[in-house]
Amino acid sequence: MSQLALGVSPHLRSNRTTQKVMLDVIIALVPALIASVIFFGVGALIRVVISAAFCVFFEWGWEKLMKTPVTVCDLSAVVTGILIAYNVPSGMPVWQLIVGDFCAIIGVKMLFGGLGCNFMNPALVGRIVMMFSFTTSMTSYKYIGTLDALSSATPLGAGTLGWDSFLTLFLGNHAGVLGETSALAILIGGIYLCVRKVIKPIIPLCYLGSLALFSWIFGGSTPILSIFMGGAMLGAWFMATDYVTSPFTNKGKVIFGLGCGFVTAAIRVFGNYAEGVTFAILLMNLFVPYINNGTRSKPLGGVTEK
Amino acid sequence: MFNKILHGTHLAQHENTAECVPVRMPAPKTVTIPMAMNIGKPAVPVVKPGDTVKIGQLIAEPGGFVSAPIHTGVCGKVKKIDDILMFTGQYSKAIVIECDEVQDQFEEMAPVPVTDLKSFVDAVKASGVIGLGGAGFPTGVKLDVDPEKVDYICVNGAECEPFVTADTRTMMDDYTPLLNTVKLLNKFYSPKKIIIGIEDNKPQCVKKLSALVKEDSELRDAVDVRSLPPLYPQGGEKVLIHNTTGRIVPEGKLPIDVGCIVINTSTCAIISRYITTGMPLVRKYITVDGSAIKNPMNVIAPVGTSIRDIIEFTGGFKSEPGKVVLGGPMMGVTAVSLDAPVVKNTGAVLAFDEKDSKLPEPSACIRCGRCIDTCPANLMPTEIERAYEKRDGAELKKLKVNLCMECGCCSYVCPGKHRLVETNKLAKGVLNAYLAQQKAEAEKKAAKQKEKEENAK
Repeated sequence: MSQLALGVSPHLRSNRTTQKVMLDVIIALVPALIASVIFFGVGALIRVVISAAFCVFFEWGWEKLMKTPVTVCDLSAVVTGILIAYNVPSGMPVWQLIVGDFCAIIGVKMLFGGLGCNFMNPALVGRIVMMFSFTTSMTSYKYIGTLDALSSATPLGAGTLGWDSFLTLFLGNHAGVLGETSALAILIGGIYLCVRKVIKPIIPLCYLGSLALFSWIFGGSTPILSIFMGGAMLGAWFMATDYVTSPFTNKGKVIFGLGCGFVTAAIRVFGNYAEGVTFAILLMNLFVPYINNGTRSKPLGGVTEK
Repeated sequence: MFNKILHGTHLAQHENTAECVPVRMPAPKTVTIPMAMNIGKPAVPVVKPGDTVKIGQLIAEPGGFVSAPIHTGVCGKVKKIDDILMFTGQYSKAIVIECDEVQDQFEEMAPVPVTDLKSFVDAVKASGVIGLGGAGFPTGVKLDVDPEKVDYICVNGAECEPFVTADTRTMMDDYTPLLNTVKLLNKFYSPKKIIIGIEDNKPQCVKKLSALVKEDSELRDAVDVRSLPPLYPQGGEKVLIHNTTGRIVPEGKLPIDVGCIVINTSTCAIISRYITTGMPLVRKYITVDGSAIKNPMNVIAPVGTSIRDIIEFTGGFKSEPGKVVLGGPMMGVTAVSLDAPVVKNTGAVLAFDEKDSKLPEPSACIRCGRCIDTCPANLMPTEIERAYEKRDGAELKKLKVNLCMECGCCSYVCPGKHRLVETNKLAKGVLNAYLAQQKAEAEKKAAKQKEKEENAK
């Protein structure tokens, strides 16, 4: 008989792996992809696929170059790639998108040690880089869908809107970036993630709640509309909930979500930019280590020394 | 009322043997009874090679205050007393007995008169019972407390580990001795309440014991059969106390410090059997299961039977075993050899095939926080891991790694398949080294101070 295996308990493990978690996130992103293809045409799909492929390629290439184990099978690069593509308008030149992918994967993720070590959300950094480098192509929103569209460039740019445009914002048949326009599609994905217990709804709810509240206090826009505008939905459900760059504990998640909402509303109302989601989440990402330290769970029966 | 239930994990139960009435196993050719089966001092043999022993006869005396006597579960001749390899990989002195064809009981075995607390505690001590839930603390020592201090007695029928059904069978088959002990506990300790905690994935046990308690006038008001959520580790001592009484055992204290005693159902059954018949703890209900076992079943095996003999009795292996675990799959210990004997507190022998024996390779921590959400002690395993990697004793002290009960929830849920329990165990070593160093430094400082003062004089 061969040698019996020895090891420390437990001898059972759950089926959930990092790969399965990431696959669930990808599945949750599909409704937004479908909406995006309906509103912006096949170009949307092409950009999403290219972006995901290049993110995987950059991660694989870096790991080959550095002679470290290849980890692209965990699918996290695919998620990053899809999210980056969701942040660009339909007419974005592909090479510019790839620059964004490069900055996200190499600049933020791999240089800091790969999955789990990045201190900021890679997809959002990719967006920021593209935003400043290719401002023109990043802001030329086009709408080519067949549904009735709003005439304004983007709803957010137009400022306060009436209640009649609520349905347009909710369904997403207006100009904007690929993955952000349809609140409904994002919401379906978000609910899927909650049902599959991939994320807890704490961060999105706190984020959207505080965004609505502070938008109203600051007098920016109608509270309900503010959460359906721009990248708030995508940011709240898919960007702010990124495991690596959000706090562990429920208390921490509440603080993080509220902070994101506050900063987003402040930038939207007082800042020069129409959109504050990206900056808000990145700013709060920087606070995560402090939030984590400040909101540690209290060990059961733990005695603190005086 | 009570606080919320502590965190935990829903596990696949695999309780394939819950309906299997334990089968009595005939005496094997030889048994090897280790002296170090309990927490505390090992027992000291009182027999010598060549002696004939009969079932129930004392073969070893307690080796100290925290220790328990050992009796033989077979009739035969003492072959040798020698150091043997235990399943844990440690060596222990053991008595090897060659079994006779005819298995006779020890003639001097007789009911034990129990009239008051002292005689009860003495009887428990003499029965050789140790905590059968897995810890192996001598029960007689645990029960040797001032009854004034006892507010609650929690009878642990939670049996939260997957696969294991030995306690379930005790509750279903041996309810009479179990409840007899409960009556004695009630009589001698008169606690506010005796709570029998059972996970509600065993509704048959909850139903049966509730009905029996309701019928009995003596138990009706004293005992509360509590159904608990099937959330592992419900049967952990601190978890059970918290979830049944709402009390929290502070760091470095024992359950009795918060007025609680936790006692396992099987332990209760054996105590009563000893008092009524004089038969000490010599046989164990053992669940034999796992993917490499041909016929999963419950057996009654004499303490000291080798793992191989037990598995062969059930019908052997279905496939080549890759790993053999003594105890449940979440906290059990991997056996180093099939020739090692089972001990008093072995509740299960699980054999897994090659595929199930391999643990998945760890990948990067994605900081998802699942380990934190699941920890019943509210610890932060991922932070402990980071502190351990830095060998940061001060941080580990803050993170209270010493409170980890090693239940295995964190390792189980981790999507990155990190071996968090392993890390916690190692981190405890780092913490202890740090504390020792701190203590040494403090002593040095104090000595210097003293020297200074003396010089000043």
